[in-house]
Amino acid sequence: MNVQNFLLHYGHYVAYGATWLIHILYLGILVRRFARLRQELTELGGDK
Amino acid sequence: MNKLFSFFATITAFLLVYGLYQALVAAPTERTMGDVQRIFYYHVPSAWTAFCLFLTNYFCSLLTLTYSEAIRRAANRIAILGAIFGLMGLLISEDRPPWLPQAEGFSWVKASIIVILIAVFHALLIKGYFLLGDRLGKLFSDRARVILDAVAVSSAEVGVVFCTVVLVTGPIWARPVWGIWWTWDVRLTTTLVLWLIYVSYLVLRRFSNTGEIAILSATLAVIGALDVPFVYFSIWFFRTQHPQPVMGKGGSLDPRMLHAFLINLLAFSCFGAMVCWSRVRLELLHRQLEEAHAMKSLEGADAARAQASLPLNRSSE
Repeated sequence: MNVQNFLLHYGHYVAYGATWLIHILYLGILVRRFARLRQELTELGGDK
Repeated sequence: MNKLFSFFATITAFLLVYGLYQALVAAPTERTMGDVQRIFYYHVPSAWTAFCLFLTNYFCSLLTLTYSEAIRRAANRIAILGAIFGLMGLLISEDRPPWLPQAEGFSWVKASIIVILIAVFHALLIKGYFLLGDRLGKLFSDRARVILDAVAVSSAEVGVVFCTVVLVTGPIWARPVWGIWWTWDVRLTTTLVLWLIYVSYLVLRRFSNTGEIAILSATLAVIGALDVPFVYFSIWFFRTQHPQPVMGKGGSLDPRMLHAFLINLLAFSCFGAMVCWSRVRLELLHRQLEEAHAMKSLEGADAARAQASLPLNRSSE
């Protein structure tokens, strides 16, 4: 099965997977940034 | 605030799951393209959400510009410039040069009037926001400016993510249908340019450390946003390989397909809003941390100065 045929039958699953892969990667980056900022704020508060 | 966020997050999750079911199972298979046409149910809503986010960025950037004295003074000139462009459009509408696009149902008179109205609207918005801000004082304080800037940068970032989804799912759809991954068609090219404009906006925000960054990036965002209507209307103005609209005047859609599409449109719009909301909270937290660091540095500097001045006082005694 070549690429064209594969995408013709399963392209919608591939595109859906790609959509959510991009969103999950971005959400993961946001969660990591959020956790790091929270930790930095706590450390800054704790030093006082 | 957290309860409201959780409530909207639950509704969004439900809509996304229902939208997934509608897109992949419930919606009928398209006759000519087959199952691959189902990409439509998340390709188009992603593009719509990206446009909404870029427009949010545009309005926040425009309002951020009202804080600049020079821009406020230029508001009248913007209106006059727009009116001149619009009048030029009206004049050439009678004898249209061959290089200008002419699509069915497109009128240069209407387009010129729209240009004039847009220019006047911008001038009024800038002036009006400033005058209102001047009257209401606290409502348009520095805090409001920080929030506007945070919303602007957040909507641009989340918009870039949705635009990336559009640029990735588009070629997956194009390959089996057109036989090629990409073509330098007007709709595709302008979408890529739009993505590049907002990526450069984010790079500017990330790596510049001047005090005027909010104004500089807002100017870039306002000019960059001109590409949004160009992307949207490109399929009307030019002969493109990209499909014509399937709703409204451009075509029709099976009611079950329309239902699946509208559910996904709503689900992706809510999801985009939720992610943008989270990103704004993150941005405000980041600024809070920067303020805390600055305060700590000031406290440290004060303490060091006090310690340094102590022996001098003693020696003078």
